[in-house]
Amino acid sequence: MTLALRVIACLDVHDGRVVKGVNFTGLADAGDPVELAAAYGAAGIDELTFLDISASHEGRSTTREVVRSTAERVFIPLTVGGGVRSVLDVDELLRTGADKVGVNTAALARPELITEISHRFGNQVLVLSVDARREPGQPSGFGVTTHGGRRSAGVDALAWAIEGAERGAGEILLNSMDADGTTDGFDLEMISAVRDAVDIPVIASGGAGTADHFVEAARAGADAVLAASVFHYGVVTIDQVKSALAEAGFVIRTGSRA
Amino acid sequence: RGPRVALLDYGSGNLHSASRALASVGARVEITADQQVIAAADGLVVPGVGAFAACMDGLVNVDGPSLIADALADGRPVLGICVGHQVLFSSGVEHRVASTGCQLYPGLVEKLHAPRLPHIGWNTVEAGPGSRLFDGVADEFFYFVHSYAVRDASGLPADAIVTWAEVGGDRFVAAVEWNGLSSTQFHPEKSGEAGGRLLRNWLDGFDKRF
Repeated sequence: MTLALRVIACLDVHDGRVVKGVNFTGLADAGDPVELAAAYGAAGIDELTFLDISASHEGRSTTREVVRSTAERVFIPLTVGGGVRSVLDVDELLRTGADKVGVNTAALARPELITEISHRFGNQVLVLSVDARREPGQPSGFGVTTHGGRRSAGVDALAWAIEGAERGAGEILLNSMDADGTTDGFDLEMISAVRDAVDIPVIASGGAGTADHFVEAARAGADAVLAASVFHYGVVTIDQVKSALAEAGFVIRTGSRA
Repeated sequence: RGPRVALLDYGSGNLHSASRALASVGARVEITADQQVIAAADGLVVPGVGAFAACMDGLVNVDGPSLIADALADGRPVLGICVGHQVLFSSGVEHRVASTGCQLYPGLVEKLHAPRLPHIGWNTVEAGPGSRLFDGVADEFFYFVHSYAVRDASGLPADAIVTWAEVGGDRFVAAVEWNGLSSTQFHPEKSGEAGGRLLRNWLDGFDKRF
């Protein structure tokens, strides 16, 4: 009886359509999040994250319908993030079929949001998404960014992760803005630093290019590993990642699929 | 023509996923808190997410404890999921405050003694001897997301089938099967095919044939 290391796929959804680099084979419509979620479920993914990048109210409503359809068809955990600003937003997403909700910018602007959400729904629903990069000016050497990594939030990433956990976040989604998109591997030092600083699970994100990169992130202390493009383009398959993790001695979920 | 299952709607839990997962294994599901609808159903599912006390409040608001007791008295199976499993026990402690549960069996829901919480993810179980729920899926992974659980099962009836799980060295009750009452700390409706098989096993345990 051992908790498995989770492998998570992230889908960027805009107005109800998957927008970023999807090349999954055998799909009638690779831009359909429901189709893609089902394909990932069949491929053995442990969890799915939808990042809603819709700019309009209508776009977000459309994405919520997609969340509903996905939750009704794919019976694995589903996290939804993007544009979550209030307890009401969280309530709506959970009612729509999300199991967990990701918060990012709004929590930076008003950290009390974390407390409010966890008091209402419990900390297990709340994933604090931390977009961080190396910033020599910060005490830990890692700083939080906003606007997709383009701007510094002027906040120490470790201090923010600790505050988030204390306020009631259930997990930290740690996204390296330095490593994101490079396919050169995860920022292992940053994963270790955050892992040592908090007691809640840490999901490592950003930089995956090979199956071995996921093993390195797990060795650095990640409880879960997340990727987007490398999975969507089939550069690395879920099976390859899980096989590499198993060979390295990590427990992975095997057996029947979603 | 599958068994009719009432999914108790009391403002807690991911009803859509549970409803569709049950439907996918052959149940005809009605999401309801209506006493007559529940009485007419062949089985009752009690979901639950969040805090023990808040769930119990919601349950009491729809007369849930009586609905569960009536179903059991009529010989209609009841399945509790996650906090819907926890509230079946006598009490729960959160932030040092104890709340009363449905008291269907003795047992305390308390915080897990694991270094890393919440316990989030896929874990295996040690299925209780003679378990029907875990028939064919005793070696599978199931999806857990919680920080609280029953850690001492000594108060459970001697003929209850207890399934255990472990996180960070701490053992806790992952499922209970006792006469018509079944419950899981994990989410079968989020546990892929293994969870589907477990739900199918639960439906197969109904006395009435469909």
